[in-house]
Amino acid sequence: MIATLADDPANGATNGDIPLLQVRDLGHSYGSRIGCRDITFDLYPSEVLGIVGESGSGKTTLLSCLSGRLPLSQGTIHYDTRTQGLVDLAALSEAQRRLLTRTDWGIVHQSPRDGLRMAVSAGANIGERLMAVGARHYGQIRDTARDWLQRVEIQPDRIDDLPSTFSGGMQQRLQIARNLVTGPRLMFMDEPTGGLDVSVQARLLDLLRGLVDDMNLSVVLVTHDLAVARLLAHRLMVMQGGVVVESGLTDQVLDDPHHPYTQLLVSSVLQV
Amino acid sequence: MSDGLSGYNFAYLDEQTKRMIRRALLKAVAIPGYQVPFAGREMPLPYGWGTGGIQVTAAVIAPGDVLKVIDQGADDTTNAVSIRRFFSRTAGVATTTRTADATLIQTRHRIPERPLTEAQIIVYQVPIPEPLRWMEPRESETKKMHALLEYGVMQVKLYEDIAHLGRITTSYDYPVRVNGHYIMSPSPIPRFDNPKMNQMAALQLFGAGREKRIYAVPPYTRVESLDFDDYPFEIQRWDQHCALCGASDSYLDEMVTDDHGGRLFICSDTDYCGERRAAGHRGDTDLPANPAPRTAP
Ligand SMILES: Nc1ncnc2c1ncn2[C@@H]1O[C@H](COP(=O)(O)OP(=O)(O)OP(=O)(O)O)[C@@H](O)[C@H]1O
Ligand SMILES: [Mg+2]
Repeated sequence: MIATLADDPANGATNGDIPLLQVRDLGHSYGSRIGCRDITFDLYPSEVLGIVGESGSGKTTLLSCLSGRLPLSQGTIHYDTRTQGLVDLAALSEAQRRLLTRTDWGIVHQSPRDGLRMAVSAGANIGERLMAVGARHYGQIRDTARDWLQRVEIQPDRIDDLPSTFSGGMQQRLQIARNLVTGPRLMFMDEPTGGLDVSVQARLLDLLRGLVDDMNLSVVLVTHDLAVARLLAHRLMVMQGGVVVESGLTDQVLDDPHHPYTQLLVSSVLQV
Repeated sequence: MSDGLSGYNFAYLDEQTKRMIRRALLKAVAIPGYQVPFAGREMPLPYGWGTGGIQVTAAVIAPGDVLKVIDQGADDTTNAVSIRRFFSRTAGVATTTRTADATLIQTRHRIPERPLTEAQIIVYQVPIPEPLRWMEPRESETKKMHALLEYGVMQVKLYEDIAHLGRITTSYDYPVRVNGHYIMSPSPIPRFDNPKMNQMAALQLFGAGREKRIYAVPPYTRVESLDFDDYPFEIQRWDQHCALCGASDSYLDEMVTDDHGGRLFICSDTDYCGERRAAGHRGDTDLPANPAPRTAP
């Protein structure tokens, strides 16, 4: 059996007093249809929070709200910034919010096409964030890009190739490298292993676990795959119909589910 | 106006339209490099023939102006001739091919070699005003990127040049940063001309007809070409001198002279070349390309 991050007492909710992210009563409606509502949780530094639930339960909506890509219909999000401490994200100017998104945060999309620039090389994809924050030395940008390719297990000599010449798993790893290059503290991932072969999935999960550990990353991870959740997440929130029906430490939730929906989810799907 | 073609207002455009364009120009001058939208008018020329430049020229031209029109560096192309004729008929202004004599210069593709003065205005015809367009098709997003100075993608473009070709190969419409702030498309002039934009004494106005945008660089404004620390911006250089006037400091066009591969390099700025020859300078058309001490990039 593979040891999970949740087994390590150095990680998880016990670590750090100030939450990185404080979410209170968050909700988003698409017109009259509710995407998600009444979401409240804290995310601590170096913690991986899994969000699981069936299709349409509001996972992506919640993630989009958290990462600033959807406006909130209700509630607040506070974030512990490096310079100003805990701030209400709604009170930041758009410039500050976008800078945060580019430097302190990362977003890994389910489809690499949504997270990569397909028209430019792998090196440019990794280098873009560096250049966006002022890197102007081509040689150094390339060295960093090669280094990151290696860290995500892509041959550095593929640096000048277009992402379209990469396999699905490689594209996903490139997307991860492109985000991590500025040393973010918080990553949002929407089904990062979705659409990949099982063996490719396993390798990607392994890599993600290592990176999360090395970089002390906090992660909000959306998945409908409970096996992925068990492997990566310290804590879980189970969503149904736009609300959180159960939450807790991953092993507790999966081994001893209380809510009938979670019980159904675990009994029908979980074959870990 | 009596000195214009009868039936038309002075310089073709009605006064209300000219006032509207002037307001846009004033705003553009006040915010160097910022693209100001304006309600462009249909002009009696198709887009691509400089309708943006023509509207700007029409809004600033005065009866005492002397107009020069450049197309590809020359004054005698169909495009240049018809724009010159247009203003000479509708505004009754004097026209010239001499850079030194012009008060107003409308251009496509070149900045004259002769340094412009405070008494002159240069109007550029712009096909694509948005330098971020290649990477971001959404207008709402490019506006935001300019407002927040999110210019990383411009650097990505240059990065790709170097990665694939070993150097920055963008040779026309090479992006510049104006007054340390907005990134601007200089229009399809060769990058050879970019340094002339920096601290230019003349007022520089840019008109994009199709996209209905006006922007400007006031006199003596900093204009920097984007680059990398380890791949600094460079202008194009030639091993040859101009075959006609011998100039070694001007932008050269390559001419095929026969069907045996014979080639000549001559000044693209015909006025500059003519002035030099009138002053007695000569090239060496009768000699094969002479090996110059300078090196090509
Ligand atoms: N753009 C939209 N416009 C209207 N309704 C939407 C939109 N996006 C999502 N919804 C609705 O909001 C609810 C939550 O959708 P969401 O995409 O967040 O679910 P999900 O848990 O991510 O599902 P999946 O696992 O299929 O990705 C659903 O009822 C969905 O139909
Ligand atoms: Mg989803």
